[in-house]
Amino acid sequence: MNGRAQPLVVGAGSAGIRAAQALVAAGLRPLVVDEAPSCGGQIYRQRLVPDERSETALYGSEAGKARALHRDFAALAGDLDYWPQALLWNLRDGVADIAVAGESRRVAYDGLILATGATDRILPLPGWTLPGVFTLGGAQVALKAQGCAIGSRVVFVGTGPLLYLVAWQYMKAGVAVAAVLDAAPFSAKFAMLRGLMLFPAVVARGMRFVAELRLRGVAIHSGVDNVRFEGGDAVSGVAWTQAGRTHRLACDGVGYGLALRSETQAADLAGCAFRFDERDRAWLPQRDAAGRSSVRHVYLAGDGAGIAGADAAERAGERAALALCEDRHLPYSPERAAVLDVERARIDRFRDVLEAAFPYPTHWAAGLADDTLLCRCEEIRTGEARDAIDRFDIVEINRLKAVSRVGMGRCQGRICAGAAAELLAVQTGRSLDSVGRLRAQAPLKPVPLVLTPAPRETEAAE
Amino acid sequence: MPLLHRIARKGHTTVAFTLDGEPREGRAGDTLLTAILSQAKAVRVSEFSGQPRAGFCQMGACQDCWVTLADGARLRACTTPLAAGMSIVTRAGSAA
Repeated sequence: MNGRAQPLVVGAGSAGIRAAQALVAAGLRPLVVDEAPSCGGQIYRQRLVPDERSETALYGSEAGKARALHRDFAALAGDLDYWPQALLWNLRDGVADIAVAGESRRVAYDGLILATGATDRILPLPGWTLPGVFTLGGAQVALKAQGCAIGSRVVFVGTGPLLYLVAWQYMKAGVAVAAVLDAAPFSAKFAMLRGLMLFPAVVARGMRFVAELRLRGVAIHSGVDNVRFEGGDAVSGVAWTQAGRTHRLACDGVGYGLALRSETQAADLAGCAFRFDERDRAWLPQRDAAGRSSVRHVYLAGDGAGIAGADAAERAGERAALALCEDRHLPYSPERAAVLDVERARIDRFRDVLEAAFPYPTHWAAGLADDTLLCRCEEIRTGEARDAIDRFDIVEINRLKAVSRVGMGRCQGRICAGAAAELLAVQTGRSLDSVGRLRAQAPLKPVPLVLTPAPRETEAAE
Repeated sequence: MPLLHRIARKGHTTVAFTLDGEPREGRAGDTLLTAILSQAKAVRVSEFSGQPRAGFCQMGACQDCWVTLADGARLRACTTPLAAGMSIVTRAGSAA
């Protein structure tokens, strides 16, 4: 391994931290790049400065895991290179372009572990661009990392485990939660009983969230439809229908999300082959059970490669690092790899339970109103996209982007591409997988044009 | 009424900045987004419709919260720590 470039780990969340740790244990010195100022990813995100809240107040039942990840990563400090606040914006042929500290650094790597995480999955709803409407993840970041509530009377809307978790966290923080609006019918939650065999403590925790919300008088409405956010210069209320009747509630903050979607753009630039995943309703980079992608020496771990949650991500990160070691003919523990595989398979079975309990509201996509913004960057309305699809006989998502500009804005489709694909499938009567996926483009996120090249090639050897 | 309501860090050191020319105070540990939205309802206006925007994902993904400084620099508010003396412009022009 003399003279070989160092492995690159993208992301310092649950998966990236455990990957880096396993690489260091094998004697490698990885470079870890992460957009955040400190490690932890989204779920275990740290505050910018300490405040009066305890870790238990911040991370709840997961405080022990958060503490362990933060501590273990800090302990690696001398054994790896770590660039926080660093944006990987391009990847090709074993070279990464990374914007950090106002300059663009070019890094040659040998072995790449992508642990890029996830963001909230969204379908546009009327009024979703109003100030005060945030994603569920965003509502959680505001509270956890910034110690702020997104309103004084907040409604949480959507589906997925985050819906009840964030509502409960707000309630515990003393914020008035006006209601939880669940897209799924109440009966869907009976699916959680099937999860009791797999992870009884997780199921019990979820039931406790719901029970405590109800006990504090938080209204929980299941099977909501036709949700719209109302307001002038900021959100002032939510309207919805339930069993055919219209309901309306005043609020000054909304957390909204429909479970999570994987961040896959870096894998795309790395040249990874993709496959359609029915459960996630998304194209995901192909990987074997260990996390190997279709590209030699490129590995995938955590929610960026398919939604599985933080516990799975820790294991997938370590597992991918073991695969990298194996492929480099370094010593690694096949026994440990086998344990990780068993644990991940168990979590994967639980994901099926969660999907049944928090189903994606497929009928919402069919019911998108023409005057609702589909693409919030370029402000393309659903009706404009529908017109483009019909007029130009569009059956493929990149073509829809070219013609309508949906997905061409600053977020590069992170927020709207999933919804646009759902719309295109419904509009053309095709299956979701057949409309394709948006190709990723460098730079993966906006970078300043004034970036100056670093004085020399940054290329740390082992 | 501002969008964000502080629950923690209320007693942290103040950080002076200006918002559309008006002197304001944030707190140590604020992002730009928090500093702005704990005193205002928007961080920018849409360059297409002129409608106010105040961010969405708060984790650097949606690119909805780009703001402009008086010197022309553009920053993503949710991932940028507030620094003393920043002069933020939310009303004039667009952040396109």
